[in-house]
Amino acid sequence: MVVASKEGTVKIVQGNGACVEGALIAGCRFYAGYPITPSSEIAEEMARRLPLLGGICLQMEDELASINALAGASWGGWKAMTATSGPGFCLMQEGIGMAASMETPCVIVNVQRGGPGSGQSTAPAQGDVFQARYGSNGDYPMISLAPSDAQEFFDLTIRAFNLSEKFRTPVTILADEMVGHTRESIYIPPVEEIEIINRKYPTVPKDKFLTYMPDPDDLVPPMPAFNDGYRCVVTSQVHTEGGWRADGAQAAKLIQRLIDKVERQIDYITDVESQWIDDADMAVISYGAPMRSAIRAVIDARERGMKVGWMKLRTLWPFPAKQVQEVAQQVKWILVPEMNVGRMVLEVERVAHGACEVIPVPKFGGRCHTPGDIFKPIKETYR
Amino acid sequence: MHTLAKKIMREDQFPMVFCPGCGDGTITHLVGIAIDELGIIDDVCTVGGVGCSGWLASIFNVDFFKAIHGRTLPVAIALKLTRPSRKVLVFTGDGDCAAIGGNHFLHACHKNIDLTVVMINNQIYGMTGGQVAPTTPLGSTTPTSPYGKIEPALDLCKVAEAAGASFVSRWTTAHPKQLLRTLKKAIMHPGLAYVEVITQCPVQSGRYVHGSGDPVHLLKWIRENSLTKTQMEKLSPEERAGKMLIGDFLEEIRPEFTAKTYQFMAEVQASKKASVDLGR
Repeated sequence: MVVASKEGTVKIVQGNGACVEGALIAGCRFYAGYPITPSSEIAEEMARRLPLLGGICLQMEDELASINALAGASWGGWKAMTATSGPGFCLMQEGIGMAASMETPCVIVNVQRGGPGSGQSTAPAQGDVFQARYGSNGDYPMISLAPSDAQEFFDLTIRAFNLSEKFRTPVTILADEMVGHTRESIYIPPVEEIEIINRKYPTVPKDKFLTYMPDPDDLVPPMPAFNDGYRCVVTSQVHTEGGWRADGAQAAKLIQRLIDKVERQIDYITDVESQWIDDADMAVISYGAPMRSAIRAVIDARERGMKVGWMKLRTLWPFPAKQVQEVAQQVKWILVPEMNVGRMVLEVERVAHGACEVIPVPKFGGRCHTPGDIFKPIKETYR
Repeated sequence: MHTLAKKIMREDQFPMVFCPGCGDGTITHLVGIAIDELGIIDDVCTVGGVGCSGWLASIFNVDFFKAIHGRTLPVAIALKLTRPSRKVLVFTGDGDCAAIGGNHFLHACHKNIDLTVVMINNQIYGMTGGQVAPTTPLGSTTPTSPYGKIEPALDLCKVAEAAGASFVSRWTTAHPKQLLRTLKKAIMHPGLAYVEVITQCPVQSGRYVHGSGDPVHLLKWIRENSLTKTQMEKLSPEERAGKMLIGDFLEEIRPEFTAKTYQFMAEVQASKKASVDLGR
């Protein structure tokens, strides 16, 4: 049964629906989740579609169960995903750290809503971007992607699975209520044009297999499924290459490798898009729903003769430092609109390192920036 | 090394991590015999929780998942569903299963999914230093209940039965023959099989609850205080206080979650609606 057709197709879907299309094409066949606004459409669509493709969709008792079921399914040999929003994302954090430590591929979608606490269930926000990076205990790698429209939600969901399988690490998609609920057209390319990456399978004899023996080139260990005869040792503790509890030196070695396998491939992972940067005096750097208002504001500024460009971050973690640094060295001002009190702007400031002025453009309380909200600080700052 | 250990267990994991006199060695031995006699080792995988009992899952020479605290059952459910031929054995403790993992326990039982849940009840938090557990007897003094435990011990067999498990038993490390027989039945039972094993913990519950670190004394105490239904019925309500009910309480064949899931999947795929849904 195919999900993508031989010819490309156009569909009109919610962002959340686009996410499901992408996941099914990427090979996701296991979904476990707990209903939470504004992500529930993903669970509902998965419940309807997965059984038709031989997949399994489970509504679990809570998000703790959901993330741990993903780990079980992934070691069962399947590609697995969950979707949630802020409060559920909180409950998943221990499991996400575990998946990173156990090198368990899985995709976690967070359709962000207002916080803290139960926050604002039907309003957009981007308050979870640092939680996505640092939410679990200890040091671990994280790959987080941020779509700004339904098409990107589709594309980035496929990419999330590919990165997750390639690097054997959980990947989070940080959408927001506006992106999740806006209904717009997406283009689904022909099936042969879509790159699908699957986890590496062991090539060593079964009796020589060590669960966490990395390949030297990419530092990623091959991964069998349970009951394939490899007798895996998968422990939530920091572990040796054999999977058993590590001493201090072994633990440090593991943590370093987990970080390195992602950081060394930062150029491959980070994905940005930009326009009018080359001659710009000012750049607007954003991600998610505010990016759309930002582009409109930049067009308005250009029409008034201001040399302003924009950069869209599709990857939030690892932070696209090199790309942002290049912009910082080119321009006098960087504006960072985001639906929180100013989070990623701290990263922009860090990598700009004084090369230009970095100005936060926060908006919170459940509303997204209008183009005017971004045009105003452009006009006030630009001299 | 023992021939059974060579055949079923990971030789490099000996000597075992358990304290001298711990009942977990007895349970490991019996589960090993059960796996061997049933001839199912290639289909077995184990999921262990956090606590002493979780490490019991690591001894067998099969795929092994050491979950985070309380989360064995969601992992086990997914392992079962992604390959229904798997025999998923879950090893969890009273803290792991009854406290932090209580909600997952309710819902796994409710699904009646084909798992074998071996709950090792040492009546205390052993690994963290002997703190009070939901299963600790009423009145017990522990480092975190220094003036005595206020609430009675939680009976997880009753919980399992009420939630929908189709196989429920409780034995002790003082009843190895009965426990082995039950373990073999539980592993082959097509539904959620809950087997509780009351065990001695000389280092923690022995010291705090029973006032003795002597495993022989503790085993004798378990033997004298665990009664079958018939024995229990002969006692007055006052005499029953502090006694533990043992036996095979429930064994029924009921609809099982994995089989149902795949049956639904086949039906949905065969229906006309399926072709409409896929045609885009």
